[in-house]
Amino acid sequence: MPSVAGEVGLRKRGPGYRAIGVPGRAGLLAYRARRWLRSPRPYLMLVGFVLTLGLWYLLVEVLKAPRFKDLPGLTVVIREWLSPQPTFGISLYSAEYHQHILLSLQRVGTSFVLSTVIGVPLGLALGSSQRIKEFVFPVFELFRPIPSLAWIPLSIVLFASGEASIVFLTCIAPFFAATLNTMLGVQSIDISYFRAAACLGANRWQTFRHVTVPGAMPFIFTGLEISMGLCWFSLVAGEMLSGNYGLGYLIIYSFMNISYPNIVIGMLTLGFVGYTTSALVRMIGRFLMRWRSRELALAS
Amino acid sequence: MSAVLAARANRAHAGSARGALRIDNAVKRYAARDGAVLAVDHCSLDIAAGEICMVVGPSGCGKTTLLNAIAGFHSLDGGTIHLDGELLCGPTRPLADPNSDRVVVFQNGALFPWKTVLDNVIFGPVMQGKLRRRDAIEKARHRLDEAGLGGTEGAFPGELSSGVRRRVEIVRALMNDPSVLLLDEPYRALDSLTKSVMHEALLEIYYKNKVTIFFITHDLEEAIFLGHRVVVMTTRPCKLKKILEVDIPHPRNYAVLTSPRFRALMEEALEAVQAEARKAFDAGEREGA
Repeated sequence: MPSVAGEVGLRKRGPGYRAIGVPGRAGLLAYRARRWLRSPRPYLMLVGFVLTLGLWYLLVEVLKAPRFKDLPGLTVVIREWLSPQPTFGISLYSAEYHQHILLSLQRVGTSFVLSTVIGVPLGLALGSSQRIKEFVFPVFELFRPIPSLAWIPLSIVLFASGEASIVFLTCIAPFFAATLNTMLGVQSIDISYFRAAACLGANRWQTFRHVTVPGAMPFIFTGLEISMGLCWFSLVAGEMLSGNYGLGYLIIYSFMNISYPNIVIGMLTLGFVGYTTSALVRMIGRFLMRWRSRELALAS
Repeated sequence: MSAVLAARANRAHAGSARGALRIDNAVKRYAARDGAVLAVDHCSLDIAAGEICMVVGPSGCGKTTLLNAIAGFHSLDGGTIHLDGELLCGPTRPLADPNSDRVVVFQNGALFPWKTVLDNVIFGPVMQGKLRRRDAIEKARHRLDEAGLGGTEGAFPGELSSGVRRRVEIVRALMNDPSVLLLDEPYRALDSLTKSVMHEALLEIYYKNKVTIFFITHDLEEAIFLGHRVVVMTTRPCKLKKILEVDIPHPRNYAVLTSPRFRALMEEALEAVQAEARKAFDAGEREGA
């Protein structure tokens, strides 16, 4: 019989075999970075940023276009942002700025954890049991289209502290995203896997633990990435209504105090922090689903 | 006639104490728009312990339904299935319990893509608590080596070719020391060169572990090359049309493909299958019109 080595392209290396073209983690990373740098993508990205910022600069500070001349200009914002003694009190060096970021991060973290801890198990239950789905899902679907903003009055009545109501508001949208994606994830699992587990003698709990959960994982992490975005989305709405700190609060407060550059600083900071947290979720997902990234890397 | 006798002897010598499968008057109906559709119509089949029984028939004829009934994925509406004299399913218990004495190898493959080859292979014994993880790993390594799959332990299924995946899946099934191996067109998606390698690999595994094999296929060459018997099914509803005794002695290798006896069997099988395929095609045409 021909050896497998010939058949699938396995090569002896060290004590075991390894498929050719399946580099280690570091190798894969370096390879991806090199390919990325050789592709037009990073340069196009740069052009995109330059064009956007250039347009901003042109409209506000060079042309002073009508309706645009009162907006904070690019150079003003950057100078303010980097200044050790900012005119309006907010810059990379001010403790207050860090306080805003930290508090928003804390709220988003709490909300993200809460919505995941409740949403993912609920989604797994909805996907696994037709009976649970029958009595939970209609209620769920009725509440899902209600935007978090509509929950503001009730959340104020419901929670004594402003902090709790902000976290509650921030939880709603990501909770629905996490639950729904998890449920779809379970439903997307090929029935052959369940049957295979059954004829290999796995009981219900083992099937849940070894088939349902890992099988739904790709959908779960898509859901969590979306829900991280939604956390930031709803957080700002909550913070604009109550609280004394947070990036949403900073934006609305700066508007009322006519410290316009701070509005833009707050907005861009939201962009950076939001992107970073989403990237973090994506990285955790990739780590937990190495089987999948290897598969995808080989397929491409 | 002597050829048939020789084949019987051949089958008896396949020699295994367990895995005798008896299907009696199996009936399965499906609900459809215009009433119930009969998928399996009073099908009876006796499979000896350690026999390789190849089941051939047009697409959608109900072969898989039969396999699913044996495995315990579908219930029967009538008839009984016995394994070594014990009732698997019948009127009192329409749905058999899925159990590791009847392991299925699936059409599209069902290795868990999120587990490494090794974790896939030890899944059965570890889940059932039959072996401790360490002992299971030792047994798995041994079985993988035996099947020429040494070195793939750490790989995820997605990193392997489909041919290797199928072989791993068969090893995973055999780790449970089943009485019956149920294969549902496992090589359907493979190219013919890979297939020929797979056939010899399967036989090699079979000679080491004499299990009963219930193998569904469309491929006549595959059926005759591997099987002790080839069972030709009619188009829907699924009934027995013809049983071909393949009186070519085991162990076989690819040389038999060119032998006159193989050709003669091939001709006989083709004739039976062709008529059914034609009927199935015409029925499809009518439905489409």
